[in-house]
Amino acid sequence: MAREITVAAAINEALRIALEMDPDVVLMGEDVAGGGTREAEGTDEAGGIMGTTRGLVTQFGNERVLDTPISEMGMLGTAVGAALTGLRPIVELMFIDFLGVCLDPLLNQASKLRYMFGGKARVPLTVRTVTGAGMQSAAQHSQSLYWITAGIPGLKTVIPSNAYDAKGLLLASIRSDDPVVFCEPKGVLFDSCDVPEGDYIVPLGKAAVSREGSDITLVGMGATVKMALAAAEALAADGTSAEVIDLRSLAPLDEQTVLTSLEKTGRLVVVDEATPRCGIASDIARLCVTKGFDFLDAPVGCVTAPHTPVPFSAILEQAYMPSPDKIVAAVRELS
Amino acid sequence: MDLTKEQLLVTYRKMRMIRSFEEKLSELVTAGKLGGFLHLYAGQEAVAAGVCGRLDERDYVSTTHRGHGHCIAKGVRAKGMMAELFGRSTGVCKGKGGSMHIADLEAGMLGANGIVGAGIPLATGAALTCKVKNTGGVAVAFFGDGASNQGQFHEALNMAANWKLPAVYVVENNGWGEFTPTEFVVPVKDIAVRADSYAMRSDIADGNDFFDVYEKAGLAVEAARAGEGPTLLECKTYRYYGHYVGDPLAYRSKAEAEKWKTERDPLDAFESRVVGDAMLEAEELRRIDGEVTAELDAAVEAAENDPLPDPASLYEDVYAQE
Repeated sequence: MAREITVAAAINEALRIALEMDPDVVLMGEDVAGGGTREAEGTDEAGGIMGTTRGLVTQFGNERVLDTPISEMGMLGTAVGAALTGLRPIVELMFIDFLGVCLDPLLNQASKLRYMFGGKARVPLTVRTVTGAGMQSAAQHSQSLYWITAGIPGLKTVIPSNAYDAKGLLLASIRSDDPVVFCEPKGVLFDSCDVPEGDYIVPLGKAAVSREGSDITLVGMGATVKMALAAAEALAADGTSAEVIDLRSLAPLDEQTVLTSLEKTGRLVVVDEATPRCGIASDIARLCVTKGFDFLDAPVGCVTAPHTPVPFSAILEQAYMPSPDKIVAAVRELS
Repeated sequence: MDLTKEQLLVTYRKMRMIRSFEEKLSELVTAGKLGGFLHLYAGQEAVAAGVCGRLDERDYVSTTHRGHGHCIAKGVRAKGMMAELFGRSTGVCKGKGGSMHIADLEAGMLGANGIVGAGIPLATGAALTCKVKNTGGVAVAFFGDGASNQGQFHEALNMAANWKLPAVYVVENNGWGEFTPTEFVVPVKDIAVRADSYAMRSDIADGNDFFDVYEKAGLAVEAARAGEGPTLLECKTYRYYGHYVGDPLAYRSKAEAEKWKTERDPLDAFESRVVGDAMLEAEELRRIDGEVTAELDAAVEAAENDPLPDPASLYEDVYAQE
């Protein structure tokens, strides 16, 4: 039975199901147990920075829900070694910005072991990590660095835009025999929608058409899907019919869903919370001009963050982030 | 010492195979037959043989860019290794890994590693697997003095001590980190003392004496299996070749290397002990020398004639087939 729950609650539910169904699943990270299992002292567990792991240590114990030291490189490297030898670890990397201190286990180990070992290794590792701006957490806790992991062969990278997809994509990520970076965008973490109670997956590598339209395609991912949907609503009032594509999976990329929509509409604007260079937005633009050139009736529009760090002050942060207004303006520029 | 005659023969065969394998590679590079970076392990055989002599099929090892010796000691076959180094499809990694990524998971060998220190958390994770799955297994990380300066070393040791993981950290202090003397970059005389920061057991072995390594590794492996947590075991040893094959070795005195080779050679030391104590006869060792040479010659001949990888395999094994 479905009921309305938040993305954070959907993540918690997926983790609980994964831990219940498979004894090889372990959960590791800073504060994921968060002082749990000491109820006798009258304390309660933190359940991670966003509370997404609350209750899990109480149910599954300290052997499978492990608080790590603040040692992102050691923790990720250990998780890779555990995955290589038969566990199915889920690691919480508190914010994706912390990739700066732990890239090697992803860049040179998890992503490459299967290939380097001639297909004889598997690394069923899931790295959950909070991405994006919008909570005034400034330059080192607000980045959308999924373009780094999406650009590394051997890794998969997914980013849900709603609670239904969050639960299904997370279960698919955990059950994948490849290392997956699962992004948890701040902008939607506490948004709710209908989510079934049971076990289900949303397949990796498949985009969704979130709204059908015929005049222009808006491509979003994570928190920018909601912005694109709001923009589509505003455009509809003007008589412009916008189709909204939710990429859901950044690697592998569902090129066909994007190209099919572009063929129908002839125009496309991609909306990405990340900075503009070397990223998913430029990747989508490249896809349009290399494989969809004949469908294009206008240049590809890109609404992204500017090429700056993320600022602290709320007014600056709002100016930094994409928004429905910016999307509508970009669409009008194309017509 | 609890070693049977059979174990001593197996040990000698491994040490001889490591030495001859590395000498053969050096020849092959000089003859222009092998490409890529090769880092040879000759001189340190007693460490790999002494530690792996305490391991069984439940156990894992991770190693470094200088990893051929650990592979051989953990039971990876020379034939598949040689084919790998020749970049053949019959290689143990289908020609995709090469020397720095040679691995054989079926033998519990979690791979050589091109990133200094990166094998340390991998073994730590394998130890976590052993603990969570309660297999009775132990994971050993082999690494050099240079890696003990990496953050991965400190982070992993801290976690392993905290979680009492069944791990053994074997630091092979060969006096040189690439081209730099260890004393230039390590302020402590014994790397083993770094274990104190993590309330971890530590020990120091003569890395050129198989029997000393075997004894101390035995204590560490036994403690790990008994749930008493990890040990940092420092083995003092020496690297015969340069950092890589082709290294002109301008930074190291010939006299220093000669002294180790003539006075402290691990194979010579093993032989004089076992023959001197009448545990084995010299002829038995010579017979093994001949068998090893023949096995290696056959491995090279096979590798030279084995098929090259199909170019289409470039795209294979990036992701699981799901």
